Amino acid sequence: MSRIRLAIRAFVAIFRRDLTVTGREFVRFFLQALVQPLFFLFIFGKVLPSIRLASANFGFLMLPGIVALTGLVSAMQGVSLHLVVDLGYAREIDDRLLSPLPIRWVGLEKILFGALRGVVASSVIFPLGRLILGSGYAVRTDRIAEIIGMILLTALVGANLGLLMGTVIKPDQVSLMFTLIFTPLLFTGCTYYPWSSLDRIRWFQVATLFNPLTYCAEGMRHAMVPPIGGRELATLNTTDIRVALGVSVAVMLSLGTRSFRRRVLS
Amino acid sequence: MVQEIDRMPDLPAIVVSDLVKRYPQSAANAVDRVSFHVARGEIFGLLGPNGAGKTTTIGVLTTFVIPTAGTAIVAGIDVARRPLGVKPHIAVVPQLSNLDRGLTVREVLTFHGAYFGVPRKVREARADKLLDELGLGNRKHESVKRYSGGMSQRLMIARALMHEPDVLFLDEPTNNLDPQTRLYLWDRIRELHSSGVTIFLSTHDMEEADRLCDRIAIMDHGKILVNDTPAGLKKLIAGGTVLRVEAWGPPCLGESIRCALAALCGVTRVDASDNSEEPRAMTFRLYSDAAAPVIGPAAQAVLSAGAEIRDLSVRQPTLEEVFIFLTGRNLRK
Ligand SMILES: Nc1ncnc2c1ncn2[C@@H]1O[C@H](COP(=O)(O)OP(=O)(O)OP(=O)(O)O)[C@@H](O)[C@H]1O
Ligand SMILES: [Mg+2]
Repeated sequence: MSRIRLAIRAFVAIFRRDLTVTGREFVRFFLQALVQPLFFLFIFGKVLPSIRLASANFGFLMLPGIVALTGLVSAMQGVSLHLVVDLGYAREIDDRLLSPLPIRWVGLEKILFGALRGVVASSVIFPLGRLILGSGYAVRTDRIAEIIGMILLTALVGANLGLLMGTVIKPDQVSLMFTLIFTPLLFTGCTYYPWSSLDRIRWFQVATLFNPLTYCAEGMRHAMVPPIGGRELATLNTTDIRVALGVSVAVMLSLGTRSFRRRVLS
Repeated sequence: MVQEIDRMPDLPAIVVSDLVKRYPQSAANAVDRVSFHVARGEIFGLLGPNGAGKTTTIGVLTTFVIPTAGTAIVAGIDVARRPLGVKPHIAVVPQLSNLDRGLTVREVLTFHGAYFGVPRKVREARADKLLDELGLGNRKHESVKRYSGGMSQRLMIARALMHEPDVLFLDEPTNNLDPQTRLYLWDRIRELHSSGVTIFLSTHDMEEADRLCDRIAIMDHGKILVNDTPAGLKKLIAGGTVLRVEAWGPPCLGESIRCALAALCGVTRVDASDNSEEPRAMTFRLYSDAAAPVIGPAAQAVLSAGAEIRDLSVRQPTLEEVFIFLTGRNLRK
């Protein structure tokens, strides 16, 4: 068998291994991914508008941000939490590292699998949103391809971030670092507010541009939010969004696979 | 997957030259200019105490540890340059369990086979056969998490055999095993040996090294001290016998007894080792061309120094004696 075919087979088998393991903890995966967005949707999309603390539009304005956040976080955790086990004391990943494929590919498989988790989690938000928001649910249907594209890109961003974090952070600092990185990521990512609405806090508006989640959320809003009273919601320019996300994926991929290699070899 | 080697039938399975590994932020070399080779089909043992550098050496040979200097060639391929070329030829049974705890016992084997491109039918049949042979057949659908240390060890051995490697690395393979399983494993290793697999094993168990290996390298502080057949190693001890004297007395007498023994006619060397738990128990090993004539004078020397004799024996050199002869230290702490 040629070396490349051997490597591809190993890659597929490792992917199948992850499917098997995740399939076994399916319920946990869904709880982990969906409990938080579920409550957000309910409180911000249903409760606040009902008690008139937010406008009736708030639900569908929020939805794209939640789709983006869920996809990104699920993909990220799908990679980094698994890495904690794999690279932990018992080094469970060794058997896969000894398989006849380049070490980098083992990292790539992690990214691909994490991204798959992200795609599944963010897709489930749609039916969930429809259920919770009821009549407040509105997603434009003329940009389906763009929605799919943004879901894929967002999941890739999250998975790459997961590989980078999972390999750079020392195992004993994981929970601290998660809080330190995760909280700012969450709140500067323009998830709960459109970027353009930050006009009045210019410095903060600029700061959010350094968070990839901002572009994911903005892109998702562009693809999902229907025109309100005939006017389109102002978002970041879609070309800028694609370039920014493309660049961050490329940079994180290169850093992440390198740091993965460093972590598994001594 | 043997084509690379078969093209060069006379090539050794492993060639290591001037290998050095220094871990980052470490003061000394874990492996320090080591050279040796292992012929195809040989059982080669790396014998050494804790921290000698055995696992590090195996790490380099199995692509996990990047050497600082020197080269390691396995199955005709430079490990550091082309790790991917080496991987299909080798299998490793590590010192500590690295089993994939997300899987069931049988899946550990079938997935391992899949990683190495073994077709489904073949890998399933092979997994069941190995599990039965290793006495794990009735618990194969359990999660790996529920396995005991010895069962994990057996499972890792089965896993290593799933893709029929040319060179099998075993890092202290019988450490965790009960005597019966240990004997079974030895038989199994001999069987693999007779089917042409090259076996590289590390151990600090002298009996294991003696009984199994065609050749043994004794390693200490990252260096290989000697590398020979078990019989050849034992010949290192001149005269072929060792007189062991166990004395009992105030520890301060140790040095004068040692000097008195060393001064005896015919004695070429004396090693003293003391017992850390009981400082009054002192053990001396006398190397001489012939042990018998030394027995009387040796006993006399101990007694006249003011110590008691607890035991006095003439011993055929074991690898343990060889190790003490070479390093002045006991292999079993
Ligand atoms: N990852 C590492 N980083 C730094 N130092 C290491 C690392 N692994 C091993 N060492 C050091 O290298 C030396 C050799 O260790 P090694 O594990 O190769 O010994 P060993 O012969 O396998 O011992 P044992 O019988 O205890 O398994 C030791 O001094 C050890 O502390
Ligand atoms: Mg070791």
